[in-house]
Amino acid sequence: MEKLYALTAHELISLKKSKAEIAGSVHDRIEAVEPRVKAFVRVNNTSSAEGGGVLSGIPVLVKDNICVSGEETTCSSRILDGFKPPYDATVVKKLKAAGAYLIGKSNMDEFAFGSSCETSCYGPTRNPWDLNRIPGGSSGGSAAAVAADETIMAIGSDTGGSIRQPAALCGVVGMKPTYGRVSRYGLIAFASSLDQIGPITKDVEDAALLLGIIAGYDEMDSTSVDMPVPDYKRSLVKDVKGLRVGVPKEYFIKGIDKDVEASVRKAIGVLKDLGAEIKDITLPHTEYAVATYYIVAPAEASSNLARFDGVQYGLRDKGARDIIDMYIKSRSEGFGNEAKRRILLGTYCLSTGYYDAYYLKAQKVRTKIREDFDRAFKDCDIIITPTSPTPAFKIGERMNDPLSMYLSDIFTIPANLAGLPAISVPCGLTAGALPIGLQIMAKPFDEETILRAAYTFEQSTEHHKLKPKL
Amino acid sequence: MTKYETVIGLEVHLQLATRTKAFCGCSTDFGARPNSQTCPVCLGFPGSLPVLNEEAFNFAVKVALALGCKIQDLIKFDRKNYYYPDLPKNFQISQYDMPLAYDGFIDITSSGQSKRIRIKRVHMEEDAGKLMHTPGYSLVDYNRSGMPLLEIVTEPDLSSHEEAYEYLTKLKAILRYLKVSDCDMEKGSLRCDANISIRPKGDTKLGVKVEVKNMNSFKNVRSALEYEARRQVSAMGSGEKIVQETRLWDADKEVSNSMRSKEEAEEYRYFPEPDLVPFVVDKRNIEIIKRGLPELPEARAARFTKEFAMSEYDAGVITSDIDLAEYFEESARLCKNIKAVANWIMGDIMAALKEKTVGIKDARIAPAGLAGLLTMIDSGAISGKMAKDVLLEAMDTGIDPKVIVEKRGLSQVNDRGEIEAVVKSVVAGNEKSVNDYKAGKTNALTFLVGQVMKSTKGKANPAIVNDILKKILEGGV
Amino acid sequence: MKSIDKKVVEKVAHLSRLELNEKELDQYCSQLALILSYIDKLNELDTSKTQPTTHALSTLKNVFRKDVPRKSISSDEALENAPAKDGGLFKVPPVIGSK
Repeated sequence: MEKLYALTAHELISLKKSKAEIAGSVHDRIEAVEPRVKAFVRVNNTSSAEGGGVLSGIPVLVKDNICVSGEETTCSSRILDGFKPPYDATVVKKLKAAGAYLIGKSNMDEFAFGSSCETSCYGPTRNPWDLNRIPGGSSGGSAAAVAADETIMAIGSDTGGSIRQPAALCGVVGMKPTYGRVSRYGLIAFASSLDQIGPITKDVEDAALLLGIIAGYDEMDSTSVDMPVPDYKRSLVKDVKGLRVGVPKEYFIKGIDKDVEASVRKAIGVLKDLGAEIKDITLPHTEYAVATYYIVAPAEASSNLARFDGVQYGLRDKGARDIIDMYIKSRSEGFGNEAKRRILLGTYCLSTGYYDAYYLKAQKVRTKIREDFDRAFKDCDIIITPTSPTPAFKIGERMNDPLSMYLSDIFTIPANLAGLPAISVPCGLTAGALPIGLQIMAKPFDEETILRAAYTFEQSTEHHKLKPKL
Repeated sequence: MTKYETVIGLEVHLQLATRTKAFCGCSTDFGARPNSQTCPVCLGFPGSLPVLNEEAFNFAVKVALALGCKIQDLIKFDRKNYYYPDLPKNFQISQYDMPLAYDGFIDITSSGQSKRIRIKRVHMEEDAGKLMHTPGYSLVDYNRSGMPLLEIVTEPDLSSHEEAYEYLTKLKAILRYLKVSDCDMEKGSLRCDANISIRPKGDTKLGVKVEVKNMNSFKNVRSALEYEARRQVSAMGSGEKIVQETRLWDADKEVSNSMRSKEEAEEYRYFPEPDLVPFVVDKRNIEIIKRGLPELPEARAARFTKEFAMSEYDAGVITSDIDLAEYFEESARLCKNIKAVANWIMGDIMAALKEKTVGIKDARIAPAGLAGLLTMIDSGAISGKMAKDVLLEAMDTGIDPKVIVEKRGLSQVNDRGEIEAVVKSVVAGNEKSVNDYKAGKTNALTFLVGQVMKSTKGKANPAIVNDILKKILEGGV
Repeated sequence: MKSIDKKVVEKVAHLSRLELNEKELDQYCSQLALILSYIDKLNELDTSKTQPTTHALSTLKNVFRKDVPRKSISSDEALENAPAKDGGLFKVPPVIGSK
């Protein structure tokens, strides 16, 4: 009999396990492996949630950039040291209403700036599959915790791949919904036009379950869409007959890991054998996505992060002689290097003389990237690619080379720029026993087709059953 | 002074009188305890998001249309980025290149001619909090943060401090007619900054402009601009260069002082606000709103001159404020003597209001009360002089004039017999004055009338007194 | 390879209210230069006839809220995280030269 902590939410629910039993098992697991994985910034040791609900007593880990009322929320940054928001993010309200046990806050790259969880002020989280390697980022803590069974489910945020890439590198499921599908109210903003909150889970069924709970219109978020939330459970059927699968040649470039490519091609073969129609497609502006992103995202971030100044909350340099001095000292002390780098880059791209050449230009290229997808989706139902060009790299390997770090997101960024839904599901291990992720993208608000394809693939293979040896 | 001409542009910030703030549901009530009307949104807490107040938007569109502006096809908001402690997010949600409206106008009178002052743009933005300075530290109250503002900017079409004053008066009248703001400079719901430069008469190129701030009344705007124009002319005259700078008006010393600021021109790095979607007002709605606009001051004044046969001047004064105009119209409906209504409002009532420093809404005499009072004068029930006292008492106590007249027994005496008896008695007791009058001294008549009025405690109908007195003095009864 | 003027980076740092020592200035200068060189590849594209995307959901417009009051948080909650406060107000070091 498997330990409770190793099960999925849907299994625990059908087994009708009690809140206390589940909590006990998961906390034991945390005690056993957390010193090595370091996925948590805060473990919630208080008793599990009161009241019933679909997720009654199921532990859900929340990324530390999502506000939980009265609990420290720091975005893994020193500048938010001690900050306790007086309100819950909308998704947190929904999780509480569903009876979830909010088991703690997960480690992340500082302000979600990163693809490795190394820029956290608390130090990096480790990949449970190889503790010398990064778990991916920025939702590295959430992904690692799910992979290590330190939580049953988790939520993360995805701006350029921050849910999908760590999910791929940790061998779990991670989904970024369509922009506007899930409320951003209470998500501490990185890039407002790209951010989305999404589920990180052990299998596709749990992802569907969690998505159904957090999705929906929110009157507190002007960019959230007033569309009914489908019953995502109905997508959990094994059927891809006639499904038109686009495979873009631009995502199979020189430089991706050979095992990653082989694994993804094999996965495409599985779907083909199950009746899907595979088409070669082209998304010609893919090569410009990273450059576009690294103008738009830092620009918006530089403005979103201006509020961290020591006036109302967080770190304040107490020795400052006047307000400007206080701003400068507090921010210089409180932000890490990557945060500073992005703020500088973003401010530069928005300043007089550079706005047209950078920000405006990038927003135009963004249109071209979206148009590529619009065209592709005329003849395809889903698009399949690798999630990450490489498996997890070693801790410290890319820290001195920001550009190479940015290129980790090359396959995930386009979905954020175009606002599309996308999922990463495990599709195998490299020769070095590191997880590989398969990315499935679809038209806006077509999470259902993604879930159906992902579920079909998952249930036709054994990859989702693999767990790291801890 | 005549070598140069003055060029002025005005920027007015108007606080819209909605119940809640621009982007959140916090109350906009004035005078609350510090930081008690705040929430994560207007405090700019991490994770908060703005949602636009529909009423604020509607008010803004009304103003734009009332000012003859074109409405932008696609309206968007932008972030104006700068650091200041009263700005919680360190950016202000404002509008940059696609503001709500543009190309409007207000017509003023200058040297007897009508002059069009073009309105360059009208845009929406959120207000900042209030900063208070004490030695050693500063304090911030965010109650005002997030209040909905409308910024109305003119082209540099104003040529004098007087024109600026008139423009502001006309603008305020229109805004109050629309009932979108109480336009109270003391309460801060209307603020004005000016840009002023001078240039050789006839030149078309603009001179170096100086921004003038901290003028907290229309009169101060007028004084400050008069001072500034003189200062610039004098500077030019003595070969000094005029520096592009911001100057603060000191109303006590009646001078403007340069703001010594360490910062160079701030760079705002405007970019479209990603947390707000764009807004569209479709053409049909624009027509509906236009048609639904209330009658504006100019139209109302024109109607008053026709309907009530008022002079242009009187109509202008009465319609300069909506409360006054409505009060007048209501009174005029109830009392046929329009001229009297206008005179009494513009004269005695406005004088009393000025002394009490309140507006017509706090006059404490209802239009019906005024109408009643004027009807009593016309019917002779009370003398005009008596009525003035009754008016003041009504305005002090809130009691209806008819009741006051009754209670104090002030009804005019019109009975000729009664008056004749008093006249005879006065004539009998003032032989010297009677003889003076017969000798040709007309003052004596005034004296005798006064005696009759004194004797009747002012209640005798003066016309009848005069008539009877003359008849008796001229001989024979 | 693009190079970026140190003075420009200093100005940008000040606009962002960050101070950088000499070493950091050099480091960020070269890193930003590298990144900006990479970003320059966008100039390969002709976007003269393309509209910018400011919102991923290009069809969403006119999102409003009704002018109905919503419960504010208490002033205690508003000030709870304040590094310094005084009588219900946020306290900050002196602001030199008013706006």
